[in-house]
Amino acid sequence: MLSEGAVKEINDLTGKYANKRSAVMPALFVVQREYGYVTEEGMREVANILGLRPVQIFEVATFYTMYNKKPVGKYHIQVCTNISCSLLGANHIVDFLSMRLGVKVKETTPDKMFTLSTVECLGSCGTAPMMQINDRYYEDLTKEKIEEILKGLK
Amino acid sequence: MPLITRSKKQEARNKKQEARSKKQEARNKKQEARSKKQEARSKKQEARSKKQEDDPVKSKIMFEPVILKNINASDSYTLTAYLKTGGYQALKKALEMNTDTIIQMVKDSGLRGRGGAGFSTGLKWSFIPKDPTIPKYLCCNADEGEPGTYKDRAIIEKDPHQLLEGIAIGCYAIGASNAYIYIRGEFTLGADRLEDAIREAHSKGYLGNNILGSKFSLNIYVHRGAGAYICGEETALLESLEGRRALPRIKPPFPALVGLFGKPTVINNVETLACIPHIINRGAGWFAAIGPAKSPGPKLFGVSGHVNKPGLYELPMGTPLREIIYTHAGGIKGDRRLKAVIPGGVSAPMLTEKDLDTPMDFDSLAAKGTMLGSGAVVVMDEKTCIVKAALIVHEFFHHESCGKCTPCREGLDWIVKVMRRVEHGEGKERDLDLLLKLCGDIFGRTFCPLGDGAVMALRGAINNFREEFEYHVKHKRCMAGC
Ligand SMILES: Cc1cc2nc3c(=O)[nH]c(=O)nc-3n(C[C@H](O)[C@H](O)[C@H](O)COP(=O)(O)O)c2cc1C
Ligand code: SF4
Ligand code: FES
Repeated sequence: MLSEGAVKEINDLTGKYANKRSAVMPALFVVQREYGYVTEEGMREVANILGLRPVQIFEVATFYTMYNKKPVGKYHIQVCTNISCSLLGANHIVDFLSMRLGVKVKETTPDKMFTLSTVECLGSCGTAPMMQINDRYYEDLTKEKIEEILKGLK
Repeated sequence: MPLITRSKKQEARNKKQEARSKKQEARNKKQEARSKKQEARSKKQEARSKKQEDDPVKSKIMFEPVILKNINASDSYTLTAYLKTGGYQALKKALEMNTDTIIQMVKDSGLRGRGGAGFSTGLKWSFIPKDPTIPKYLCCNADEGEPGTYKDRAIIEKDPHQLLEGIAIGCYAIGASNAYIYIRGEFTLGADRLEDAIREAHSKGYLGNNILGSKFSLNIYVHRGAGAYICGEETALLESLEGRRALPRIKPPFPALVGLFGKPTVINNVETLACIPHIINRGAGWFAAIGPAKSPGPKLFGVSGHVNKPGLYELPMGTPLREIIYTHAGGIKGDRRLKAVIPGGVSAPMLTEKDLDTPMDFDSLAAKGTMLGSGAVVVMDEKTCIVKAALIVHEFFHHESCGKCTPCREGLDWIVKVMRRVEHGEGKERDLDLLLKLCGDIFGRTFCPLGDGAVMALRGAINNFREEFEYHVKHKRCMAGC
């Protein structure tokens, strides 16, 4: 169940738009924050609050990549493998992280601490190679730098 | 006698007169020579100053940043910092102007959209119906997703008030009292900075009701995307803002008549809107005089890839590609040779060394069969495998195809399948022709420009580097030796 605060937050969101349905995307971020990922239960609650059919929520949640449809680790590491980052060795960054964490891309460590993903360009190409861990950007990556960053994540 | 004497005197006088006029003549001749010298000198002067303009190093020194002028201050994103450099003066000035005058001024400035298409901003604004009883909207396209591009993010994170001021002036000009900034979901820092900036601007009367004592009221909202490149396409952006999957809409009707919530809507890129306060402050003529007449203004070039100094450079539109790569971005890493460069984000076909003197503006790049796009310059050195680079780019397009239309959805699926086998040494001889045939099946048959962009990029790679693709097929490995 969504918390009372979350329900209120979703209700308040509708005030920003001429149409309640516009609140679906920000509401799904609220669900993701509350449950850790976008659960079916959460999506049904959003449908209820906004007066929409559940399918109108499901279709949005499945279209956009930032809504996690299954749980991810405490730290979601997303490495950009698009062109500018690849030119500067993004594949080595992915291999190194995979080796260090002992998981393949799209997998989560058994202790549920880390999920490793590759993503498209994150708009940080001048400081490539780069990755995002949860909300934060880490740029101009080297193996040494990654070691430091991982040490800080406990 | 006296007569004679008189005539003698007369003669003498005449002689003197003659001598005098000869002197005068000589003087005149000198004068002429002098003025000719003067002319030659001023011509030299002119030539010299022209040379100075052409000289890359000099023009770099001479061009004062406009859009990025604030970004080096540590508190550049705060209202205090923005006000210190003359912030919100343009809004004040604009609110005392007639809205038609503002639109005309933006037209006269020659500003063309920085989101990629290069459409006249003033003209776009002028399409909005004037009827004051119809609600109107302005949407700022901050979905910045074109691989290689990172300019809008810099404006948003480092100088959000500049963007807000541009949005406010635009809204006043078209008569909108609500605006949305559609920012890509991954830019959480940017979204936070914008929310803070909006709050600050509200508290000081630059946003909200009766702005600066005028009759104009405006609310700006931040709407976060959630990871889909297609949301950058303006009609897909509107669908997304309305809470649906981001499938592009058919045009016409154009958003200027039927846009967000079915109402007249202007969609403008972040950098486009950031130019507006400066046009109001410094005049249309000032803006129009920077760079080429048909494509003027300051432009942000984001350089990435194999250069010594990757980064964001603000330069006059029309700066030659060579100057951007070698003077500003410090040349190719390890003094290697350039193999290819993408001039405007991955949808723009690549150029090679022979094209380095192309001025970076909308028309010059179009004449070269490519485009300025987002101004993202991706540099690849001689060791780059073009087949692999093209595969990365097309895996991206394939991943981001929204799936609405068959040629793009199915065509890109095939293209990626064939490209993968070529890259992995399993290509067949007819694969290159197959790729070009698939391009032909997609081009011009898609619902939005994503499909066409993918095709143009692939054709550009194959046309420039056909022998590399053939080598991959024949020798089952890479020509560049990677
Ligand atoms: C697939 C695709 C992606 C696009 N992505 C962006 C984008 O990220 N940012 C942007 O401003 N414009 C993008 N555009 C261009 C927009 O559709 C639109 O032309 C632009 O936002 C208009 O603003 P402007 O006139 O100020 O350039 C994209 C277009 C297409 C077809
Ligand atoms: S061209 Fe591609 S992205 Fe554009 S509408 Fe068609 S399927 Fe969607
Ligand atoms: S290509 Fe990696 S951030 Fe743009």
